[in-house]
Amino acid sequence: MAAPGEAAIRVHGLSKSFGQVQAVRAIGFDVSQGEIFGLVGPDGAGKTTTMRMLAAVLQPDEGEIVIDGVDVAAEPELAKLHLSYMPQRFGLYEDLTVSENIFFYAELFGVSRSERMSRSERLLSAAGLLSFRRRLAGQLSGGMKQKLGLVCALIHTPKVLLLDEPTTGVDPVSRRDFWAILYDLRESGVTIVLSTAYMDEAERCSRLALLHGGAIRHCDTPSRLKESMPGALLAIPAADPRGMRDALVGKPGVLGVLLMGDRVHVRVDDAAKRIPELHALLEGHGFPGAVIEPTEPGIEDVFVALLGQGSAS
Amino acid sequence: MNLRRLLAMAFKETLQVWRDPRSLAVALLMPLMQMAILGYGVSLDIKHVPLCVYDQENSQASRAIVDRFVSSGWFSVGHVISRESGIRYAMDRGECIAAIVIPVNFSRTLAASGSAPVQAIFDATDVNTTNIALGYAQGVVAQANAAVAAQWNSAHAAQPSLVGQTEIEPSVWFNETLDSRYFIVPGVVAVILALVGAQLTSLTISREWERGTMEQLISTPITALEVMLGKLIPYFVIGMADATFCLAVAIFWFSVPFRGSVGTLFVTTALFNVVVLGIGYLISVRIRSQLGASQVALLVTMLPTTLLSGYTFPIDQMPAPIRALTFFVYPRYYVTILRAIFLKGSGLADLWAPLLGLSLYAAAIIWLAARAFRKRL
Ligand SMILES: Nc1ncnc2c1ncn2[C@@H]1O[C@H](COP(=O)(O)OP(=O)(O)O)[C@@H](O)[C@H]1O
Ligand SMILES: [Mg+2]
Repeated sequence: MAAPGEAAIRVHGLSKSFGQVQAVRAIGFDVSQGEIFGLVGPDGAGKTTTMRMLAAVLQPDEGEIVIDGVDVAAEPELAKLHLSYMPQRFGLYEDLTVSENIFFYAELFGVSRSERMSRSERLLSAAGLLSFRRRLAGQLSGGMKQKLGLVCALIHTPKVLLLDEPTTGVDPVSRRDFWAILYDLRESGVTIVLSTAYMDEAERCSRLALLHGGAIRHCDTPSRLKESMPGALLAIPAADPRGMRDALVGKPGVLGVLLMGDRVHVRVDDAAKRIPELHALLEGHGFPGAVIEPTEPGIEDVFVALLGQGSAS
Repeated sequence: MNLRRLLAMAFKETLQVWRDPRSLAVALLMPLMQMAILGYGVSLDIKHVPLCVYDQENSQASRAIVDRFVSSGWFSVGHVISRESGIRYAMDRGECIAAIVIPVNFSRTLAASGSAPVQAIFDATDVNTTNIALGYAQGVVAQANAAVAAQWNSAHAAQPSLVGQTEIEPSVWFNETLDSRYFIVPGVVAVILALVGAQLTSLTISREWERGTMEQLISTPITALEVMLGKLIPYFVIGMADATFCLAVAIFWFSVPFRGSVGTLFVTTALFNVVVLGIGYLISVRIRSQLGASQVALLVTMLPTTLLSGYTFPIDQMPAPIRALTFFVYPRYYVTILRAIFLKGSGLADLWAPLLGLSLYAAAIIWLAARAFRKRL
């Protein structure tokens, strides 16, 4: 087992193509033990393909994955002893009950009966599923299914947990339960890799890899990614955000415009210089008295800024 | 190999079959329905074969022969014909499929030599029916011969040995009453087991792909061999239960005489089940949709099994190339074995040839199946 702080996962030059499509292009990263490492990117960025190769269910074309000292390509079955993988699509048996699914995965990983009992009790209660043990998995809500997936993934003691968009389509309460379990795991030294399309979730990761077109564009902690964002970010509340965006795009000094609900985020090269200019500009386009204030960038702003406007909407 | 993982897989699969109406229907209803449909419907047991009689002599002796045909219950005389061409005419119109021609000097020849020819003509459009009718006719003639011989013996008490040599042996063995059902029903059992078994296992791997459970399954330490064995165990139990049911119906409902031993039946049936389930599993590994897999399984088992297993169409009457082809049709071995166990009471030693064929088949299928499934997307 890797010592604390040492790389639990090392990925180097990993590539995978499907016919003409280069799904993953020569990516590389290290994940330390106890980290929550996030893969962030739009649909088709290559998150699932990367996860599948990490989980040793998909053979890479090129590159190396070492998980906890085990070369995954050379010894996939050995690596699987210490992995838990939750695929993007619900992967449990819908015609089995909650307890039956847990029993099945516990047996596959050789978990003792007493350990299974105590673990499932604890995990089910953390997931708020205790009263659903006899229910068929197919009759659970989307959020409950994902939590059951996590329970089954954690019924043995994995060293590395791989979660592919685990909270997509999950209600806020279930998401909170879900993250509470993840934080607990991190405390106990489990290394977690998760992919997500939610920016607020990305923000909770210890480090992020921004994936686009199969390549890692940036990889750092959320705060340093924010610092590395060029320019300054301004927020403008707007009754007609789309109209305001159209008024701002392409104007001098404006590096990017992003809709954030009822506000517009504008990235400019120099805040002090541009704020008066923007006031004047907006007046002229029928937005008098706009309140323009500097704001802290979220990961979404960083994402758009670093990957370019192409993936903004 | 890890027994715990294997048993977990077997248990999970059992639960799934139990909760899947489609699998349950295939496992429980299909044997019942097919036993009824094939056992009765395809039964080639023909009663009252329409018979034309061209009695050129019309003597007491010739009428006695005709009476024997009628009283056997297998034939009914539709037409009494007075010209040779009438036979052709009646057959063309479908009024009879068999005809007997009794020559003018029948009783004279019989009295003089103790034997006389009777010509039997069959419409062989339907080879099966013809075979069976021919068997019946031979049976009737054999009985007549026995009677005539007895008469002749008492009349010519001085030379009994001569007659003993000219008597015709009945050429039909093991199925003395010539009841075709005895012949067909064991074949039906083989066909049902082949169909049902392959149908069930054809769903087992494709179901995991189709429902999206495969990706998570192959991310666990379970081995390909454990997946295969764990999945096949429940279907083996179902297959043996279906076999028990079908064989019991054959014995107790269709009254097929059972002369062999239950042990021989069990061993050979188990071997056959291994082949059948292995083939369904192979198909399931290759085709990732349940519908596709079950249709391929149907096609792959149905046609060869019904046409080339010898269960209705006798293999020794097939053209040589097709006969050679039947060696690749695994049910042919089991059909042969079942008939031999049922009607001849054969033991394992007697059955070495078809058992060898079936064993080689089983070994090949298991070898292929164990290698077919890969834990990869
Ligand atoms: N099994 C596959 N066959 C063909 N193309 C695939 C397959 N899996 C993924 N792709 C392609 O690879 C690219 C990356 O897909 P994926 O890894 O699923 O991205 P993400 O999970 O980030 O949405 C996409 O263009 C997708 O169409
Ligand atoms: Mg994906």
